[in-house]
Amino acid sequence: MTNTRSVKSRLQGIMFKLPFMITCREFEDFIHDYLEGELAPRQKSIFEMHMALCAECREYLRKYKESQALTKRTLEQAVTADVPDDLIRAILAAKAEDAEGQS
Amino acid sequence: MLADHFDAVIPREVTKLLKPRWGHARDAEGIICCGPCTVTRNKNPLSSDALIPEILGGCPQATETFVRQETGWMLATCRRILRDEALAQDCVQNAFVNIFKNLSGFKGASKLKTWMYRIVVNQALMEMRRRRRLHEESLDGLMPEFHFDGCRVETLGTPIKNPEDMLDRKKMDALVLAAIDRLPDNYRIVLLLRDIQELTTAETAEILNLNEGNVKVTLHRARAALKKLLEDVL
Repeated sequence: MTNTRSVKSRLQGIMFKLPFMITCREFEDFIHDYLEGELAPRQKSIFEMHMALCAECREYLRKYKESQALTKRTLEQAVTADVPDDLIRAILAAKAEDAEGQS
Repeated sequence: MLADHFDAVIPREVTKLLKPRWGHARDAEGIICCGPCTVTRNKNPLSSDALIPEILGGCPQATETFVRQETGWMLATCRRILRDEALAQDCVQNAFVNIFKNLSGFKGASKLKTWMYRIVVNQALMEMRRRRRLHEESLDGLMPEFHFDGCRVETLGTPIKNPEDMLDRKKMDALVLAAIDRLPDNYRIVLLLRDIQELTTAETAEILNLNEGNVKVTLHRARAALKKLLEDVL
């Protein structure tokens, strides 16, 4: 894996270790909080600076968000919203039966 | 007038002695109503919280209103978790049995909906554990990869503008649902509650009895695994 790395990637490896920089691995740990808007302003700017410099993390985050949206769309469409009246009746009948049993 | 309805079933002398019970009678418009029940008289629909005392008192009208108000989201949740209509309906029915059984013990320490979520999700999880999962796999092979110095390994490609255009709708749905099915149950349930049901981290933690940090880590790992599984169409 390391043999096929570009020079740019190797330089980034060095650059991301500089002060006020984070590595891609550290970037990964901040993704959840970034998307939730839970990063402090300073953390957010460090996160965004990494994103501006790193094409791999930009691409990763794009696919991460897109798969999230695709999953949401699919699951929302896959489930019907109808509530069968038989089910309501069955729930109410069970409740009424239980109440009679108790009295 | 309300007292008249009440008297139609329970004599006044008895109602004086007993804690109020819910009598049934038809009013002038033919609506079935209960003695002091406010359900049929209230112009605005009552919230489920407000119905609790009347349900506990045995009012069938309040019970029905409550069931009609709450069944929709409960069934949708079970359908998403179980993806089997018959099992989802059974699950909702069993959840209601538990809800009614424990309603008197609900003290409002959490929101009613969160309390109900906990019951319905636990019911669905029990059902899910009863079924043998065939395609579930460990997430280890689906996590992001890094070089030794912490740099990401990621293939750069041209983004697909609209993934659904790539495959027809049915194939795309099948692909996404199969990917979700491959997630272990504990990851799938957090993903469903947070990303699909749009519950907060705190609510999800309370429902699943986890701490918030666990919910965040689990959700991120589930999303990262899905990203990897759906990579070809993103």
